Amino acid sequence: MDILNKLFTNIYDAINAFLNGLIGGFGLTADAVSAIVAAVMGLLVGTAVLLFGVGVVLTLIWLERKVAARVQDRVGPNRVGPFGLIQPVADTVKMFIKEDIVPTNADGLVHLLAPVIALAPAVLAFVVVPFGQGMAPADLNIGVLWIISVSSIGTIGLFMAGYGSNNKFALLGGMRAVAQAISYEVPQVLTIVPIILLAGSMSLVTIVQKQSAIWYVFLPVGLIAFVVYYISALAEVNRTPFDLPEGESEIVAGHHTEYSGMKFGLFYLAEYFNFFIVCTVATTLFLGGWQGPFLPSWLWFILKTYGLIILGMWIRMTIPRFRVDQLMKFAWQVLVPISLVNIILTALLLVFFKTG
Amino acid sequence: MLTSQFLTYVAFFVLAAITLIGGFMAVTLRNIFRAALGLVLSFMGVAGIYFLLEAEFVAIVQIIIYIGAIAVLILFAIMLTRGLMSSATTSLNGQWMGAAFIGVLMFAILFFVVITTQWPLAAAQTVGDLIPKLGAELVTTYLLPFEAVSLLLLAALVGAIVIARE
Repeated sequence: MDILNKLFTNIYDAINAFLNGLIGGFGLTADAVSAIVAAVMGLLVGTAVLLFGVGVVLTLIWLERKVAARVQDRVGPNRVGPFGLIQPVADTVKMFIKEDIVPTNADGLVHLLAPVIALAPAVLAFVVVPFGQGMAPADLNIGVLWIISVSSIGTIGLFMAGYGSNNKFALLGGMRAVAQAISYEVPQVLTIVPIILLAGSMSLVTIVQKQSAIWYVFLPVGLIAFVVYYISALAEVNRTPFDLPEGESEIVAGHHTEYSGMKFGLFYLAEYFNFFIVCTVATTLFLGGWQGPFLPSWLWFILKTYGLIILGMWIRMTIPRFRVDQLMKFAWQVLVPISLVNIILTALLLVFFKTG
Repeated sequence: MLTSQFLTYVAFFVLAAITLIGGFMAVTLRNIFRAALGLVLSFMGVAGIYFLLEAEFVAIVQIIIYIGAIAVLILFAIMLTRGLMSSATTSLNGQWMGAAFIGVLMFAILFFVVITTQWPLAAAQTVGDLIPKLGAELVTTYLLPFEAVSLLLLAALVGAIVIARE
């Protein structure tokens, strides 16, 4: 079990030692060798995380279709491969060979860059997530803030898509997306504060370690924080019942109305990346991250995350879309007050029952 | 020659170039939306320089506040203006001479301050995890300025609501 648990960290150490031997052979100074090895390892870890992310998105597309089919009493994709498992690959190939259309009056450069700006922050957020024991690509002491900050960059990508397409539906979709993202960012950030107070740290690695005795979701304040976080996270990533920015029945497809081919593919990818990220963050902050008995730590992490993802898909298939005014009211008049009270409650509890 | 210090210099010049190009775009581009995006690029470069200086907290706050809040607000305001879709306006208006004068004056003052200050480089070593210290200082030593700033922001918030209601 120990071998399985340390599988990825051992692979990392082996590659690191190999590179040190290889580059050390050129007779450079020790300082230069460590700098180059660090840079190459950074690139390798980044590539591994990116490939892992793309793999996750492929499974999510399949899973979403299967869950939707189950809820609607259908079978779902079942032609391409066993249980339709190769279906996402077929989808990707279709996406690649489609024609890339740019509207005549669009702002070409902005139109081109928008999907990139939307996707890049989602990938960056992976950097601080501890996928298992000792498996955080980078342990920043401000990991929580890092995730908040990079996810706020993605908003600009949606704006660029809305403006660059030169289409009124895209513009409306972009405006809605941004209004929604900045409204739900407030409760989402406020609801993390009790967890930071409990753990006494903003490093995701430390927060997971502090949950070895009890997962925060089992504390009353942690449970409230978890529910508020999960709701605002679903809104943040624009999933039904909060998918107003791309409400098909009102504004065609929102900010990506004028996108086709692989540019649309990037938006699609970014959407699932973001969904996966918020579920991993919820797992890390509230469900004890990789903590769990018997199974390897990274397997626990994946199982918990996919549990949250299936919950999100179930909600998507069950609840109809909100109206715009209900959406804003819900954020500002329900979620924000609850999380503020929760912060004060946690602080008071910590002062009165401080156990260290 | 190839040391981590050399790599730091390379990173610094790349980030400085990004910051300057972004700033140049922000003031020269005719298209106001693209100018705002140039400003975002500039903020990004500054955040990168903070990271390089190992001031992660300041870098992250730079991204959250300047990109996540201020730049998004600017873009939002631009989206609400008329004639957005076909805008190739001039980037100068009647006040450009005054603005240029103040700009040059500010640059001269900052330049003078930067070259005349004795920078205590060796003493400025970072010690361990600074964030808990920063938090503690804000609610003990610097409580009064902290509360004053909070009050100012609250007043601005209330003022904005009052103006919006009219």
